[in-house]
Amino acid sequence: MPNQFTFVRDILDLGGDSFWGFVAAIAVWAAPITGFVSLIGLVAVWLERKISAHIQCRLGPMEVGPHGLLQTLADGIKLLGKEDLVPDKADRVLFALAPMIVFAATYVSFAVLPFSQDGVIVDLNIGIFFIAAVGSLEAIGVVMAGWSSNNKWSLFGAIRAATQVVSYEVPLGLTLLAGVVCAGTMSLNEMTMAQEGWIWSWFIFRNPFMWAVFLIYFTASLAECQRAPFDLPEAESELVSGFHTEYSGMRFAVFFLAEYGKMYVVSALGVVMFFGGWYSGIPMLDNIGGLPGNLIGAGIMVTKSMILVCVQMWIRWTLPRIRLDQVMDICLKYLLPLALGLLMLVALWQGILPGEKRFGIVMIVAMIFAFLKMRTMVRNVMSKSSQQIELPVFKV
Amino acid sequence: MSEVNQMQASKQGDVASEEMLLNMGPQHPSTHGVFRVVIKTDGEIVTDAESHIGYLHRCFEKICENVNYTMATPYTDRLDYLMAMGNNLGYAMSVERLMDVEIPERASYIRVIVTELSRIASHLLAIGTYGMDIGAITPFLYCFRDREKVLTILETICGQRLNYNYVRIGGVAYDMDDAMLKMCGEFCKYFMPRVMEYNDLLTYNGIFIQRTANVGILTAEQAIDFGCTGPVLRGSGIKRDLRKDAPYSLYDRFDFEVPVGAGEAGTVGDCFDRYMVRMREMIESVKIVEQALSQIEAGPFKTDKIKAKPKPSKGDAYTAVENARGELGFYLISDGSDTAFRLKCRSPAFSNVSVLHEMCRGAMVADVVAIIGSLDIVMGEIDR
Repeated sequence: MPNQFTFVRDILDLGGDSFWGFVAAIAVWAAPITGFVSLIGLVAVWLERKISAHIQCRLGPMEVGPHGLLQTLADGIKLLGKEDLVPDKADRVLFALAPMIVFAATYVSFAVLPFSQDGVIVDLNIGIFFIAAVGSLEAIGVVMAGWSSNNKWSLFGAIRAATQVVSYEVPLGLTLLAGVVCAGTMSLNEMTMAQEGWIWSWFIFRNPFMWAVFLIYFTASLAECQRAPFDLPEAESELVSGFHTEYSGMRFAVFFLAEYGKMYVVSALGVVMFFGGWYSGIPMLDNIGGLPGNLIGAGIMVTKSMILVCVQMWIRWTLPRIRLDQVMDICLKYLLPLALGLLMLVALWQGILPGEKRFGIVMIVAMIFAFLKMRTMVRNVMSKSSQQIELPVFKV
Repeated sequence: MSEVNQMQASKQGDVASEEMLLNMGPQHPSTHGVFRVVIKTDGEIVTDAESHIGYLHRCFEKICENVNYTMATPYTDRLDYLMAMGNNLGYAMSVERLMDVEIPERASYIRVIVTELSRIASHLLAIGTYGMDIGAITPFLYCFRDREKVLTILETICGQRLNYNYVRIGGVAYDMDDAMLKMCGEFCKYFMPRVMEYNDLLTYNGIFIQRTANVGILTAEQAIDFGCTGPVLRGSGIKRDLRKDAPYSLYDRFDFEVPVGAGEAGTVGDCFDRYMVRMREMIESVKIVEQALSQIEAGPFKTDKIKAKPKPSKGDAYTAVENARGELGFYLISDGSDTAFRLKCRSPAFSNVSVLHEMCRGAMVADVVAIIGSLDIVMGEIDR
């Protein structure tokens, strides 16, 4: 397949080992990523507002642009024009550095995220490892923000964030390992290519244990992003605003952007590991190749990731917040042992039936059946509950 | 932490931790108004809590001693602004007892209807904001959607949405016509299935139960010792409701239950029980409104024995009504003039909030929010 993006690689090589060549390469790549992250932020914030509004029988933003599409842009401009406030007793250096570190941790992950077959900036052979490592940098930024604000609520938020992020890294890492076991590589590109073919060759279907691994991955990634029900670090009803209580204006916007960027990163990683990355699941469509093929691939990849982002939002507006001790309970008592056990099972299956794709068909049928069964069960419960007026006495 | 504690800690091989004073409020998202709690924390665990009130003090009692009886009614609206009908009712009944007048039956029925509707609105807000304190934002908007319907009905009846000044001395301000009564009936029909919706959204949610069950346990003895009333007392398993125990107005004519906490999800008297009592009380309120609507007959809506400036003879009177937050009492002393010599208001939320520090000890910081929410305080009434 001819590489359509060689011209950029040429620029990369242009400078050779010289310093200015390096700088030029960074500049060339940084511009599109910055644009993409901002765009993701804009769309995701708009989606969050709309999804939350429709869940809550509201309309959400309607005034700026069609269906309020430009509301986020207007808010961004407002934030840009705000005064740059630093609390009097704050540690000014750390205070200024914290949002940058948090944003950088998310931003750098985009360097290894594949969008399509050739649409990856650096096809790192340790891509997954890189994302996990860089992602945990965020905790440092959050702790810095909480500490430097000189505010007790911020400090509480920061400590909570550190506790949570560090703990959930372990089950998250184990689920990543399960993906690595399936693909036999740490490179995100090669991992996706291992799922080429019909829809049942995606890892979530191909391996009978990967769906459970995905659930653990998704839970842990919610905690990593500090999204509800794990939004303790910024629990607005408890800690005012958590670690970013004292932040306003553009610094706050950067935190905000980092949060949504991170949501996209974990979702994209989930798509690559479980849902076949840029593959549509129909070989004819995936074999187009060239620039159109790459564009279609990128579209599929971004769509799949955004669907997962929407699920994260859906969960946020449905569930209450968990308490800190319960968060740790879930991680250490349930997710960690489960992830360990599943890793073994996944490895076992992979050892016995390597490259066996047809089992995915069985899994898809089973999943559809389970879904329909669940739907009828929920419907039955709902129709019963809407008829009965008296509150039933219930035992837990 | 004292030196002794530090020594003990180092003996056990623990890291000696310092206590942190955390100032929660007066401006904090979940103190429900300008309420301040100073929390002593050891990490996330609360070792002690101290509540500070008085940020909303407006000399209610003193004002009422300076204006005549009729003019004092609007001030009672501002006590528990989420259930102003109940405040109006308590005050009006107190003056009526002082003057020893009977009010027409239709007026009493209207009073019952608007008070119970008001109670539903108040409990809806309590439940909705409680969900929000726990972190579930969506049920809050569902509760407000239905609270809006109650407020619309009350607005149609008396032109106001919060501070009604509707229940007056000697009756009510305006009559309710048939269209208004029909609105109330339609609301009752609409509302009953909605309760199940809140249950699906919030009550049966596993995380919600985990966050509220066995949290902030208030034993029956403690509740009595601190003078708690209303859902806080009933949540602790004590069946006391003035509407049943000392029926005022026409409450002896209606058939309704008094729900009490039974420790369904955890221990008797935990946050979940208090929440559940409110949930069930809304259903009972709907039952009362439906019965009142079927019984109400035409007639005068106020007595003509009371003039615009009532002048009761010397004496004193105390009446208490069951408000959404508990027992709201008004004690009036008259010196024979058109102004009260003394008015003492027994506010339920004040007694309820006094138990806060007992419940907070040993809880986590997140629990403090859950406990404050489950007490359902209204600062307008605590500070008066």
